[in-house]
Amino acid sequence: MGSHALEQLLQEFYRGSKMAAARIISLVERNDPAGREILKQLYSKSGQGYIIGITGPAGSGKSTLTDSLVKLLRQQNRRVGVVAVDPTSPFTGGALLGDRVRMGELSLDSEVFIRSMGTRGNLGGLSWAARDALVVLDAFGCDYLFVETVGAGQSQVDVARVADTVIMVDVPGLGDDIQAAKAGIMEIGDIFVVNKADRGDADKLVRYLQSTLELGQQNDDEWQPPVLKTIAWQGTGVEDVLKGIMAHRRHLEQSGLIVSRRKQRLKEEVILQVERLVQMRLSEGFQSEEVLSRVYCRELDPWTAAKTMINSLSGKKCEARNP
Amino acid sequence: MRKIRVLVAKVGLDGHDRGAKVIARAFRDAGMEVIYTGIRQTPEQVVAAAIQEDVDVVGLSSLSGGHELLFPRVAKLVKEQMGDQVLVIGGGVIPEDEIPALKEAGIAAVFGPGTSLKEIIDFVHTHVNRAS
Ligand SMILES: Nc1nc2c(ncn2[C@@H]2O[C@H](COP(=O)(O)OP(=O)(O)O)[C@@H](O)[C@H]2O)c(=O)[nH]1
Ligand SMILES: [Mg+2]
Repeated sequence: MGSHALEQLLQEFYRGSKMAAARIISLVERNDPAGREILKQLYSKSGQGYIIGITGPAGSGKSTLTDSLVKLLRQQNRRVGVVAVDPTSPFTGGALLGDRVRMGELSLDSEVFIRSMGTRGNLGGLSWAARDALVVLDAFGCDYLFVETVGAGQSQVDVARVADTVIMVDVPGLGDDIQAAKAGIMEIGDIFVVNKADRGDADKLVRYLQSTLELGQQNDDEWQPPVLKTIAWQGTGVEDVLKGIMAHRRHLEQSGLIVSRRKQRLKEEVILQVERLVQMRLSEGFQSEEVLSRVYCRELDPWTAAKTMINSLSGKKCEARNP
Repeated sequence: MRKIRVLVAKVGLDGHDRGAKVIARAFRDAGMEVIYTGIRQTPEQVVAAAIQEDVDVVGLSSLSGGHELLFPRVAKLVKEQMGDQVLVIGGGVIPEDEIPALKEAGIAAVFGPGTSLKEIIDFVHTHVNRAS
């Protein structure tokens, strides 16, 4: 993409063109150098939006809940962005992204932008593309940004690395073993939602979650994660979830935690980017054969070899090739 | 190779989307990213979603009529708002003699009930615009 086309795309973006925003996200997602360049410029405009992560098992009603929450925020005249991430098949590289099914009416709202993404190469974790899409929509002027990920291991933990408030959605009737496995990831939830409360056993799950939360009570920040029941497809209970989000936000802002948490997250992100760059350089045919054979002959120990490699890496210009 | 993004939508009033889901899965299995939007989508909704998703292809399904108005409307809006490079294709229960008019209106291909999934996927691979 030439610099003129790039400039034009940016101008359309600043004029509020959704097509431009969508194309920028695509550029970023496919690692196009133009995407990097644009992101560099947009970054200074981001950081205004409040990010809400929604995670939980497939089919628990995350998209339905998001749809309901967005509609409430629209009544308050907020501009909202949604990034919905679904798994990419590791075998074919294809993905079926079905989150929009629950958000059909929102498509037409001029102040709402919804983007579906596959996890692509990023098995497990939240993709860089999803983080970047949030930056783009933030710079686009969204007051609230939702990121929906299927709760499976790493992506669930990752969502806490980008979101200010993390909502864990759960449903009754998934079985005790799954409940037990949950104990380990309970720390990352700021709000717990028991959806499909129209079904039996919702109260049992609420009690289970509450008691597990009490067990793990090690909060330094004194936030007590609420456990809320919803029937998302009717919108029942969703107002309380929004109130919970606002209360958590106030808590973060009044305690100053919002600043320290965001700083901590950015620190983690920069470190991850360093790792990513180093990995890319190493996999890019970096001249390591000689060093490796010296290690094999025991002339060099692996630690010293690694230091040698890092030193010669930093001598090269990382910008030479865009990620 | 650049990943192909396809939006699959079921327009019209009936609530049957089995055909649309079958084709959505076939696109996925062919390595594409499929944004499935569900039933009873208006042309305006389809195009608004296609824009936000920046898709290369819009695939429309219709079973119970209405396609003679709905498909051309989508094609027109896509062209106006996204440009010529987006491929709009249609499928479902569509009488043979209505196909020429649909093509005239900007639907690149119309696939009847007998079409094999492979034929549809091959068509997309051949005709999708990969330039950005
Ligand atoms: N019974 C019941 N079903 C619901 C409720 N909320 C959503 N669903 C349904 O659960 C299914 C999965 O919802 P979806 O939002 O796509 O879940 P996601 O995979 O977590 O995003 C859909 O068929 C919804 O209509 C609810 O409160 N009660
Ligand atoms: Mg979903």
